[in-house]
Amino acid sequence: MHLAYPAVLAALLFSIGLYGVLARRNAILVLMSIELMLNAVNLNLVAFDVWLRDTVHAGQALTLFVIVIAAAEIGIGLAIVLLVYRNRGTSDVDKLTDLADREEKAEAAA
Amino acid sequence: MSHSGFLSPTGVEITFVLVGIATLGAALITVSTKQLVHAALWLVVALGGLAVEYLLLTAEFIAWVQVLIYVGSVVVLLLFGLMLTKAPIGRSPDADSGNRWAALVVAVASAATLVWLVVDAFRATWINLDGPVQGSTEVTGQFLFQHWVLPFEALSVLLLAALVGAIVLSRKKAEANGTDRKIGAR
Repeated sequence: MHLAYPAVLAALLFSIGLYGVLARRNAILVLMSIELMLNAVNLNLVAFDVWLRDTVHAGQALTLFVIVIAAAEIGIGLAIVLLVYRNRGTSDVDKLTDLADREEKAEAAA
Repeated sequence: MSHSGFLSPTGVEITFVLVGIATLGAALITVSTKQLVHAALWLVVALGGLAVEYLLLTAEFIAWVQVLIYVGSVVVLLLFGLMLTKAPIGRSPDADSGNRWAALVVAVASAATLVWLVVDAFRATWINLDGPVQGSTEVTGQFLFQHWVLPFEALSVLLLAALVGAIVLSRKKAEANGTDRKIGAR
């Protein structure tokens, strides 16, 4: 198989995930897009591992580790989103601007 | 191994490209649909398509792990998250934020750069899929427990830490519940 096929597929999938992270408003949809980006990286790792015929199979081992870390990340991320939702009543990342750097007088007016 | 050119693709390549197109389409719908639950369900299609791609690349064990972990648990977790945050059923017009055009520009620019780069770099590179299978369960078990034992065990500790962290984060406050205060006051 030509190596360009999996590499191009992974690049396009990563870009789609990047668009989702930047454009989505709901925090859970942002988490889904992060999953897409991680999966693009996994596809690259598997393809290069099969191409290089690595004796210690670093690519496939790292793919398994990335899957495990993604599972841990989605668990912690959803717990944080639920906590934010419980405290604020919204999971909209555009409205969570308490730490934003803004003008003092806008704060005073509000 | 015959190094076939672009004009005479093998069956594996044709299958890979077709499944890849389906995967990309599902991923595009995931990031662009207005219906939040549909996004999670299209994510299943995208991740399942990737599992098929792993199978085509002879990484058999990783394909099944992908089905088990991602399709089986991560998507279910995301659906629970959508339900618990009272995500609207049906179309929600504010699913995309106001900077979606800037996001589109960034994504298209990164896609163009990356695709140009990898096509230029791997123009004449072929994967040899013949010979012994490189990702069967037996091979995976051997390399994982011969060369990667220590990171493997460290990851189990990481998973335990994530589990405890998620429980602590999602626990109700002690003030909210009288019985909780007696047991879990710190």
